[in-house]
Amino acid sequence: MTSAHVIASEVRAGTRRATDVLEDFLGRVATHDGDVHAFNTVTAEQARAAAAAIDAAAEGGRDPGPLAGVPVAFKDNLCTRGVATTCSSRMLEGWQPPYDATVVQAMTAAGAVMIGKTNLDEFAMGSSTEHSAFGPTRNPYDLARVPGGSSGGSAAAVAAGFAPLALGSDTGGSIRQPASLCGIVGIKPTYGRVSRYGLVAFASSFDQIGPFATDVADAALALDVISGHDPADSTSIPAAVPDFEAALARGVEGLRVGVVSELTGSGRNGAATGGPAPGDAAGEVLDGIDADVTERVLEAADALADAGATVGRVSVPAVTYGLTAYYLIAPAEASSNLARYDGTRYGLRVEGADVEEMNRLTRRAGFGDEVKARIMLGTFALSAGYYDAYYGKAQRVRMLTRRDFDAAYADFDVLLSPTSPCVAFRFGERADPMTMYRCDTCTIPSNLSGDPAMSVPFGTGAEGLPVGVQVMAPALGEETMLTVAAALERAAPPLPKPPLAAVTGSTGAGR
Amino acid sequence: MTAGWETVVGLEVHVELATDTKLFSAAPSRFGDEPNTNVTPVCLGLPGSLPVLNRRAVELAMAVGLALNCEIRPSVFHRKNYFYPDMPKDYQVSQYDQPICSDGWLDVPGGSRVGIERAHLEEDAGKTTHLGGADGRIHGAVGALVDYNRAGTPLLEIVSRPDIGSAAEASAYVEELRAILLTLGASDARLEEGSMRVDANISVRPAGSDELRTRCEVKNLNSLRSLRNAIDYEAQRHIELYAAGDAPVQETRHWSEDGRTHSLRSKEEADDYRYFPEPDLVPLAPDDEWVDEVRAAMPELPASQRARLHECGTEPEDAQIIVGRGLAPVVLGAVEAGADAKRTVTHAVQNLALDGAELLGIDHLASLVQMETSGQLTATQAKAVLGIMCERAAAGTADPAAIAAELGFEAMAADELEALVDQAIADNPEAWEKFCAGEAKVAGVFVGAVMKATRGQADGQAVTQLLVQRRDA
Repeated sequence: MTSAHVIASEVRAGTRRATDVLEDFLGRVATHDGDVHAFNTVTAEQARAAAAAIDAAAEGGRDPGPLAGVPVAFKDNLCTRGVATTCSSRMLEGWQPPYDATVVQAMTAAGAVMIGKTNLDEFAMGSSTEHSAFGPTRNPYDLARVPGGSSGGSAAAVAAGFAPLALGSDTGGSIRQPASLCGIVGIKPTYGRVSRYGLVAFASSFDQIGPFATDVADAALALDVISGHDPADSTSIPAAVPDFEAALARGVEGLRVGVVSELTGSGRNGAATGGPAPGDAAGEVLDGIDADVTERVLEAADALADAGATVGRVSVPAVTYGLTAYYLIAPAEASSNLARYDGTRYGLRVEGADVEEMNRLTRRAGFGDEVKARIMLGTFALSAGYYDAYYGKAQRVRMLTRRDFDAAYADFDVLLSPTSPCVAFRFGERADPMTMYRCDTCTIPSNLSGDPAMSVPFGTGAEGLPVGVQVMAPALGEETMLTVAAALERAAPPLPKPPLAAVTGSTGAGR
Repeated sequence: MTAGWETVVGLEVHVELATDTKLFSAAPSRFGDEPNTNVTPVCLGLPGSLPVLNRRAVELAMAVGLALNCEIRPSVFHRKNYFYPDMPKDYQVSQYDQPICSDGWLDVPGGSRVGIERAHLEEDAGKTTHLGGADGRIHGAVGALVDYNRAGTPLLEIVSRPDIGSAAEASAYVEELRAILLTLGASDARLEEGSMRVDANISVRPAGSDELRTRCEVKNLNSLRSLRNAIDYEAQRHIELYAAGDAPVQETRHWSEDGRTHSLRSKEEADDYRYFPEPDLVPLAPDDEWVDEVRAAMPELPASQRARLHECGTEPEDAQIIVGRGLAPVVLGAVEAGADAKRTVTHAVQNLALDGAELLGIDHLASLVQMETSGQLTATQAKAVLGIMCERAAAGTADPAAIAAELGFEAMAADELEALVDQAIADNPEAWEKFCAGEAKVAGVFVGAVMKATRGQADGQAVTQLLVQRRDA
């Protein structure tokens, strides 16, 4: 599979046509997406027109941009003008936004070519894409297993070679966990680094858009394009965007790397991680994190130590309460964000005798069970008499999480943990909601704190399935995070390609 | 008011702020356009859209707060969640427990001071028209149309403390508040058109006590008369309930033009709005510099304007009219520039109930009054010139000398007028005899004759003076 970097440089140089690139990828989609079901919509005709325009620009001596001719898949909760944006929900089936999300504009302006809209758990609520109203996406490594979620379609699309780049959204781990399960790179930037304008909201104070790519360099390239202040998003940070790609070549010598004790359970004491860090004794170790995953994280830490980093263990006690706090705040915000789907203005309408009945019947028919469960949970958490005990207390946990992370970052430049507590699981295996929610144990803390975090493939676990290591950094610390991720990528054992790719080769995309 | 009881009123006043665009979107904040044309994805609550706070709305809110002696404090927007078709997001963004303005007061003309609990920003909803039901009401309707042009318009809700003791005082409070809003240019504050909406919280208590009894909130008060009548009606209703050994229940009631209030919903079935901080906006914390900037840009407030008008001899009623029309700055300015105060005030009260009057230049008004007092223009001519000045005020071309010349108003020589008066006396000998006998009202005969001869350009007062001179000579 050709990287975004290679495609863009060749299209810019005029040695390859965007139209040819696109047809290679569309060919792979046509051959394999029947199995994978990464896409809700493939925008082939629109993409052909866009690619032709890129070629015309290049032939006319104009620079089509840093992503010239690179096919990109957008999660189907990112608004695309005139192209159905469904959130994988019956509620928005066929709804065509009259505007593009800021990130869609940015990618297009940089020369990227939208190839389609990818599947997700309905309204981004889930960790497997099993909650999509249009059927699940399957993991390219094993079609009997989930790709993770909620951005499972975007992760599977990149892993299957349907597009070199994809964008997803991460509210509690929805970029990082599927990246981990699909053996690719996924970044959740600092909250506010990337504009949310045009991202259909799930939980506004957590939602953040980020890229998927097959390697760290491509992910950094895409992050560079979508980052920056947007006056249309009041929570967007007015900070300069550093040169993320420049961070990749820096070494990790002298960087202080902390392995989070609470999230690396009962693994061996690696040589590099040495003795307990100050405060380690206080850390309650979360169970449910598989030993094969923990082992890879400790190996990753060793690899960084070998590369010259100082590695130690660190306790971040509040992460043990993250899941509970998140599953109160996120549903609370969702219950309000999803109120607008009432049948009045757009999307599904089921007629009733009066307005209230129309609202009720529309919502009953339009939302799936997981969405309904979270709306009810959130409505309850905000109700008079319960607000302080639930929403209020969860917000205090959020403050504590920030405090504990701040303390950890006083001693360490980045933190390491597993991304997902397990490798890709089989469909139906985590049908119990609490078991499913635990998929987000390691990723949620960074959503609570708003700090950047990413998943980098590092070897395989059970059944030869990919394992991702999570690199976390303080707010606006993406450069250091990328430096460490690039070092991990260099040190990682080679990851076998998904069998899907091995069987068919790269159908010309890999020249 | 029945003896032994006193009325207790607190008012919640919603005003639409006079911004060009909406509170959270760039759509025009304008009325009377085609339905659903002044909308963006934000005002329609389309998926993925996000609010951005309007700086001008915040500044107007701060100016009103400062005028009401409030503290300007850091504030947070909350979401108020409830389902209603004219609310695009099915929640309203409003300031809840941390309003931008709190703890102020308003001195009502007549002497009393009413506490201001708070003033906070929020967005308005759209407008629903029910089809087929009686009078456009929801009952019996077969369908509804929603216009979202109004959705997202900035509102300031100003909440008084229950310090108002009568219908008259409530009315005076609203009038004074309205004068302040107009003076600040914060709102056009029209009760009849809904850009100012008043809800009254009404209760009664034994005279002289300071307890607060169960109150009822009365809505649909779209005139000062409705406000006064509703307060009197509701207070009487409470008194009668207590007299019968019963008590009112806390509820929202609707004032209808049959002169009564009707129950809408009681507190027991009140909605749970599930307020929580709006995560799409950041906290609003105006720094001292910004507050000072807003304060420095504020015009003189009505109370001060009235005091200065009073100092130059204006009657309280006239001062109220001048302030109410927004004419105080130009009137006071003209007087300071040397115009005769009495004539200036007379014009403002009698001849300036016109659109554009508040835009008159101080120099132009002062010149006009000077032309009149120096005899260059008659009172009638001055009024005609003023009318045209108002039409041209917005363009700044309201020079009275030029307008008088255009109209052919030239000062009449004194001897010319004397000749015309003598001619009129000669032509009406019988009337002259009566006038000399003390019948003052027949003066009209001579004034009329002179006016006719001069096509209305003579100064009636000057004619009368000459008649008196001739008679007493």
